[in-house]
Amino acid sequence: MSTVTPTLDPPIVAVRSARRRVARRTTYALSGLTVVWVAVFLVRITQGDFLISLPDAVRIFLGAEIPGASYILMESKLPRAVLGTGVGVALGLAGAIFQTTLHNELASPDIVGVTLGASAAAVFGIVVLGQSGPVISALAVAGALGVALTVRALADGHNGYRLVLLGIGISAVMSAVIQYLFTRVDEFNATKVLQWLGGSLSNVDWRAIGLFFALAVPVVGAIAWRSKVLRVAELGDDLRAGLGAGPGSVDALIALAVILAGLATAVAGPVAFVAFLAGPISRALTGGRTRLVAAALVGAVIVVLGDHIGAYLLGDINLPVGIITGAIGAPALIWLIATGRTARGSR
Amino acid sequence: MTPNDIPRSGTTPSRLYARDLRLGYGSHSVVHDLDVVIPDGRITGIVGANACGKSTLLRGLARLLKPTAGTVILDGTDIHRRPTGEVARTLGLLPQQPVVPSGVTVTDLVGRGRYPHQSGFRRWSSEDDAIVAEALDLTGTIDLADRLVDELSGGQRQRVWIAMALAQHTDLLLLDEPTTYLDLAHQIDVLDLLAELNNSRGTTIVMVLHELNLAARYADHLIAMQHGRIRAEGTPDEVITEDIIRDVFGLASRVVLDPVSATPMVLPLSTRRKEAHERLDSRR
Repeated sequence: MSTVTPTLDPPIVAVRSARRRVARRTTYALSGLTVVWVAVFLVRITQGDFLISLPDAVRIFLGAEIPGASYILMESKLPRAVLGTGVGVALGLAGAIFQTTLHNELASPDIVGVTLGASAAAVFGIVVLGQSGPVISALAVAGALGVALTVRALADGHNGYRLVLLGIGISAVMSAVIQYLFTRVDEFNATKVLQWLGGSLSNVDWRAIGLFFALAVPVVGAIAWRSKVLRVAELGDDLRAGLGAGPGSVDALIALAVILAGLATAVAGPVAFVAFLAGPISRALTGGRTRLVAAALVGAVIVVLGDHIGAYLLGDINLPVGIITGAIGAPALIWLIATGRTARGSR
Repeated sequence: MTPNDIPRSGTTPSRLYARDLRLGYGSHSVVHDLDVVIPDGRITGIVGANACGKSTLLRGLARLLKPTAGTVILDGTDIHRRPTGEVARTLGLLPQQPVVPSGVTVTDLVGRGRYPHQSGFRRWSSEDDAIVAEALDLTGTIDLADRLVDELSGGQRQRVWIAMALAQHTDLLLLDEPTTYLDLAHQIDVLDLLAELNNSRGTTIVMVLHELNLAARYADHLIAMQHGRIRAEGTPDEVITEDIIRDVFGLASRVVLDPVSATPMVLPLSTRRKEAHERLDSRR
């Protein structure tokens, strides 16, 4: 292929321009999403029932002490925006990886029971074992992996409705386990149950956020390193194998997605429908193509925005983010099923 | 080509062959203990009735299905003991119904054929651009470079899949019914393309085909399967006979010389039109 001529073949020019056009579309989508995420993040930390001006926020970040504002920004608004971003990225990535590798829009970790499995294991650790911190993260990841392996074994290679229905059944069992565990303790309170059934960012501190990022960042790095296989996994199992990617390379990616979903659940609960929604919304923005970065940004936007709406929509009532995402996600789920848009790709 | 050109197992093995191959799903065996040799640089057609195991044999040769007994040998080594990426640089595969991902352009899809040639450090290069361009050019799909694959017609789409297989740049190419769902003109189109590929690059082609007369025209070597075993193999002249067609398809037929290609041509006899056949017989 070594050629010294400066003029290229017309076919090569056509290929380059086709590739460039796709790359440009992706760049637009990713830039737009980044702008939206920054905007939502700034709204989350400055707006609400306690307004903090942007200059004040900057001053506080630089070390100034503004009575009232400093505390609210640094101990409530900012941690929730930061964790919302992290949890959204984690769930968005996990959802897009599930949907793409299983060729099914409905097969996201929140619908097939993976996040509720993580939640049940975390609640068991808190309520029965009296644990906290890293032990809860480990338990949540174990719960997520346990449900994923169980659903997979029961589905026996069928990635369609069988997998989804099994997952929904296991989700119901996990919800029952969570509710039962809470009835066993004295400190039964509805807010806590809600957090572990639907997800919330309200009981979070910097220590928990630090732990989450310390564990999640290496997993995201591993996903970035291994995500290339999605390009051939999308073509179905036969072509994937024919192009030299064994089943193990896909399983490893799914395992990383499960771990990520478990880590997010350990810190914020199973925030409803974020993993499920991020993939389809990001694909609508990238012209139908699967881009993990886009799904991650969409997840971050959904969680930060949902948390903001939940906190300030109804006056004094502080709704957990999971209620808001659930309220958006449920109709989307019904729409997807009713219009039959669940099978990915065409033959 | 005479039958002696074709390496038989036990003598000179070719690059791809199988010994005592048994293939199946679970405890159900579909291909029973067969020996098969794929002649290098030729077009091999696998024919047979529905459920005779021809697609299963192809999947076994393409290492998509692990044998329950026996081995598939590629370049002297058990295909299942070689790194799958390495196999993918030697042997390409086009399944019967590949999945078209949503929102993917023709160029992007064909570019995925380069996957086995890219490692962690070696990403997309200008050589990949050139190879994709060549594949699009050869398959006559360069004008579709920008189009979305899920918007193409069946014939265009099949050309794009073949372009992807070409971009994989393998010496062997296995295709499972590449002409299914295509009208006659597009069937000829795809088969001409494969014959041209075999001719210009010397690519060894193995394909499962339904249409016997086209198989006889385009294949150098035919394998006729029956109940998971090889009933006959050899040149089209050797394999397409009235006896073998009766065994393999349970169909009475006349075999005549195709006036266009001088290869054997099967004319099926219909039981419902028996009187007409008898009338013809009596007139001879």
